[in-house]
Amino acid sequence: MAFIPHTADDVRAMLATIGVTDIEQLFDEIPARLRAGELHGIPPAASEMEIGRLMSERAAADGSPLNFIGAGAYEHHIPAAVWAITTRGEIYTAYTPYQAEASQGTLQTIYEFQTMIASLTGMQVSNASLYDGASALAEACLMAVRAHRRSKSSRILMPRAVHPTYRKCAAAIAGNQNLAFEEVGFEARSGQTPIEALARWEGQDVTALVIQQPNFFGVLEDVDALTDWGHRHGALVIAVVNPTSLAVLKPPGDWSEQGVDIVVGEGQPLGVPLCSGGPYVGFMTTRMEHVRQMPGRIVGRTVDLDGKPGYTLTLQAREQHIRRSKATSNICTNQGLLMTAATIYMALMGPQGLERVATASMARTAELVAALTRIKGVEAAFGGARFHEALLRLDQPVAPVLEQLARRGIAGGFDASADYPELGNALLVCATETKTSGDIAAYAAALGDTLRAARAA
Amino acid sequence: MSSTVPAELRYTKSHEWIRRERDGSVTVGITDHAQHALGDLVFAETPEAGRTLKVGEACAVVESVKAASDVYSPVAGIVTTGNASLADAPEKINSDPYGEGWLFRLTPADPASADGLLDAGAYARFLEETAE
Repeated sequence: MAFIPHTADDVRAMLATIGVTDIEQLFDEIPARLRAGELHGIPPAASEMEIGRLMSERAAADGSPLNFIGAGAYEHHIPAAVWAITTRGEIYTAYTPYQAEASQGTLQTIYEFQTMIASLTGMQVSNASLYDGASALAEACLMAVRAHRRSKSSRILMPRAVHPTYRKCAAAIAGNQNLAFEEVGFEARSGQTPIEALARWEGQDVTALVIQQPNFFGVLEDVDALTDWGHRHGALVIAVVNPTSLAVLKPPGDWSEQGVDIVVGEGQPLGVPLCSGGPYVGFMTTRMEHVRQMPGRIVGRTVDLDGKPGYTLTLQAREQHIRRSKATSNICTNQGLLMTAATIYMALMGPQGLERVATASMARTAELVAALTRIKGVEAAFGGARFHEALLRLDQPVAPVLEQLARRGIAGGFDASADYPELGNALLVCATETKTSGDIAAYAAALGDTLRAARAA
Repeated sequence: MSSTVPAELRYTKSHEWIRRERDGSVTVGITDHAQHALGDLVFAETPEAGRTLKVGEACAVVESVKAASDVYSPVAGIVTTGNASLADAPEKINSDPYGEGWLFRLTPADPASADGLLDAGAYARFLEETAE
């Protein structure tokens, strides 16, 4: 079935109106060498029954391993109500509601999301969400360059302890727009980004400093000192945070004396299941003074002619449908469906519920690290405070170990050795509230066996 | 709708006005026609002092409830000041586009550079020709 509403006659009439003989002619200005041409490698159409079977087989091949991987996406318990409500017909949409008179429910949901995220991060204003945490960081860097008009360098200081995928994504999106990303090293024993590592930029024009809390290693940064350094040296400060952690950690709005300037993060831990890396949901908050430089949709609360409260998209004049190529962003959107799930998750959990998730996850990770580091050949790479993730160092290459664990139904962690060769055989592990003491014991036993067997071989 | 076009100013086809001051600097704003077309202004972003501008360089943004539009520098020069009072009262651009609603001042690279721009008569004719 074709889903295009125009009949062949309609198309002919439209082409005749603008004096063009066929649709191909409309694409004439695109040089032939830039045209994709025919699609290759696409198999013939399959029936619904065949597709269903193929997908079941593929899904079964994934299995359902006992998961100890975090690295930016976290397995949390999702109350059944979250997706039962999110998938109700009235709100089951990914789209931004431009037609306010027909979309009050969706708009109010976004408004509540903004209120919750602004409160969680301790900032004044939130947008309606972005694609994911990594692209949100890229947008934050571009926003910082727009907002910091006195700074001419477009230099962004990016700690190496920031998630490697986030760094790559920011460079891919913003690198061609004349932003200069410069790497800040971490301290080998603590895994923290030390103030001393910033010394070489003193006296220089720095547009923004990025701080991830907890950082990629799960380590807690000295966020007050870093924020303070940024502001003392005339830079804006961008925080990348895990929303679950904010139930127990100081919000970025309270870092140092004046708080940070822009906060971004990945909203997946708030009610979104692990799903092949996506779709996930990014968030972004800032201070009111920067609101006009913030990309994406913002929903505002107002009153109608009769004085009744109502919700509508606001501050749209710098968005792509109005300002075109000069918009604050032409590659962002609101991630409506997952934003809805996150809002329902936060409403169900409340501050106390989220705090229980955060503290239980921290306790489980501490238990996991204690159990694994009792094994010969396993040590914690960094001392000091951490959230719900830890970097371990093995006495042998990580990849074959993970392969063996996978055979035993255990997803044993993220192999960080490719991203951080300086750390040796680095394995990033995570345990959330979903893991029991029995799960942790099972993992420790399997890892001990695997390492012993490899040494014996 | 006819709009005001003061005789003593110079104009551009992108609807900026420019005035030569006694100290040799020039003041720039948007015309009465431009403020009418934009509607109620809610925000103005003016260039920072010390910025060097080329002719036709986008250097300020005026934002109404409908659209955010660039303002282009009519002449080359160095910005001496932006109109800071617009931060709290962007509506001055609507109520007094040639007075309180000015956007920025600059020291022109060439003192005579404004002379080549449209005079009031030419700008008024341009508005008539381009009217729908």
